[in-house]
Amino acid sequence: MSFVGQPIHALHEAIRNKKVSARELTNAFLKQIDAVEGKIHAFNTITSEEALKQADGVDAAIAKGNTIGPLAGIPIAIKDNLCTRGIATTCSSKILQGFIPPYDATVVSRLRDAGAIFLGKTNMDEFAMGSSTENSAFEKTRNPWDLSRIPGGSSGGSAAAVAASEAVMALGSDTGGSIRQPAGLCGIVGIKPTYGRVSRYGLIAYASSLDQIGPLTQDVTDAAIVMNVIGGHDPRDTTSANRPMPDFTQNLSNGIAGLRIGVPKEYFVGGLDTEVSSAITEAINTFEKLGAKPVEVSLPHSEYAIATYYIVATAEASSNLARFDGVRFGYRTEAASDLKEMYQKSRAEGFGPEVKRRIMLGTYVLSSGYYDAYYKKAQQVRTLIKNDFDSAFSEVDVVISPTSPTPAFKIGEKMSDPIQMYLSDIFTISANLAGIPAISIPCGFSGEGLPIGLQISAKPFDEETLLRVAFAFEEATDFHKRKPNLA
Amino acid sequence: MPDEYNTPISVEEEILERGRMQISKQQTAQVAKLAQLALGPDEMKQFSEQLSNILTYVEQLNKLDTSKITPTSHVIPLSNVFREDVVTPSLAMEEAIGNAPDKAVPFFQVPKIIE
Repeated sequence: MSFVGQPIHALHEAIRNKKVSARELTNAFLKQIDAVEGKIHAFNTITSEEALKQADGVDAAIAKGNTIGPLAGIPIAIKDNLCTRGIATTCSSKILQGFIPPYDATVVSRLRDAGAIFLGKTNMDEFAMGSSTENSAFEKTRNPWDLSRIPGGSSGGSAAAVAASEAVMALGSDTGGSIRQPAGLCGIVGIKPTYGRVSRYGLIAYASSLDQIGPLTQDVTDAAIVMNVIGGHDPRDTTSANRPMPDFTQNLSNGIAGLRIGVPKEYFVGGLDTEVSSAITEAINTFEKLGAKPVEVSLPHSEYAIATYYIVATAEASSNLARFDGVRFGYRTEAASDLKEMYQKSRAEGFGPEVKRRIMLGTYVLSSGYYDAYYKKAQQVRTLIKNDFDSAFSEVDVVISPTSPTPAFKIGEKMSDPIQMYLSDIFTISANLAGIPAISIPCGFSGEGLPIGLQISAKPFDEETLLRVAFAFEEATDFHKRKPNLA
Repeated sequence: MPDEYNTPISVEEEILERGRMQISKQQTAQVAKLAQLALGPDEMKQFSEQLSNILTYVEQLNKLDTSKITPTSHVIPLSNVFREDVVTPSLAMEEAIGNAPDKAVPFFQVPKIIE
């Protein structure tokens, strides 16, 4: 049996029953990376030595008969905007090239404690700004299902690594869809937890009121396992919620008979790709067969989500990214005669075009005289979008939609027009604005063999229902079992 | 803070024509200054066009009457989060400044700011 391509829950059993050692498993994944990484370009950094050292630690613990963590010996990858002590963390930006964090993000230290093996750091859109991973200052990551296409973004490296079996699981971050959209386009599972469910300590901030960290996995059970590890209160993140953490694996198989599945009428008009549309219709049929009840709901302010997002997110980004000034860390220009010139040139030379564009937009909407017209206005519309979900969830248990309006597009296709790129996040952005949890799971394939994602969202802090619905769908279908052919 | 950072971006330069927002190159230059970005002429031109397009796109929010709507700055109910004022271990000095591009332990080094 090949261990590469197996989910966490299967590998955990294999390790526990000593069918495979952590070192053997790690070597198998390093070999897989060797074999396919030249085509996929999912990683910015590969940490083979660190990985084997961690694996030996797990094997030693097993040999001593110690109890092992839920991720013991599982080789995983980490998005390159999560701080990893002693391992380069670049945000795929020239401005952070060579930055070695002196501390671990909370999610990273929780993965370490659970016994996970770190294979490396994955490529992303620079500072998580983008929907295709083409905004990386380094490589262009490829979609494992079609190497001429984008893997989605901004967690494109994480999604591609899992889809190409280069890692069992990967962490991503999601500000407007950056976990769910690449998961959908790469045919895997990706969850954005409720805002506050997972600590953001050590996540290099893009838009602090929207950012959440979550797992990209091969199936729903794995997503629940990783949520158990990374979720829960952290005093180091004042916005992390001090709420009880259920065991997310516990109620996965309880079924969805009688559950009300909300279908927003605004999401199924015009512009939607016909193959995506029919995959979602088929998914609704599947839910009905499982005993759930589709209910039409209305999210009347959906059409305003992208405009709202690009004001709120860029405003927060312009403030967060002010810290990159060439003084304490990161890139500093060679060509400055005074301090101000040093700031301005370090930033201009260090940031890529999309990051500069968003800093500029954010600076503009926050500037004196424009604050009320843009930033305050967007925050008010954000309230309306949140209210839409509150009222929908008074009638239904979950809301479904496509994850993306189309399957993966071609590399280069949308790079010249920022607004066209922004529109690819139309279904995912609202969940960040409303703070609710949402998951993308595979629900079909296009005629060209490209994966199609189904998005399910739920009430704040109701990841349990979210995962239960996703698991029921997964059990009734086999889309998640298909793997891309990389031979 | 020098005055230039508090000067509003001049409104008279903004032409609102057929519903299209137009950000002039001068405005773009002012925003770049506020954002501490030394942009070249090509970038200035490109951003001036792209910002105009994006701001035109977000104009759609003005279709909504939000006069009575409370802004959402944060989605989960949170008041001030306090902790005990207790000293806990933190990074060693060498670690904390270890990533600085120019340093003279225990200081960060920058170009001279006082003549």
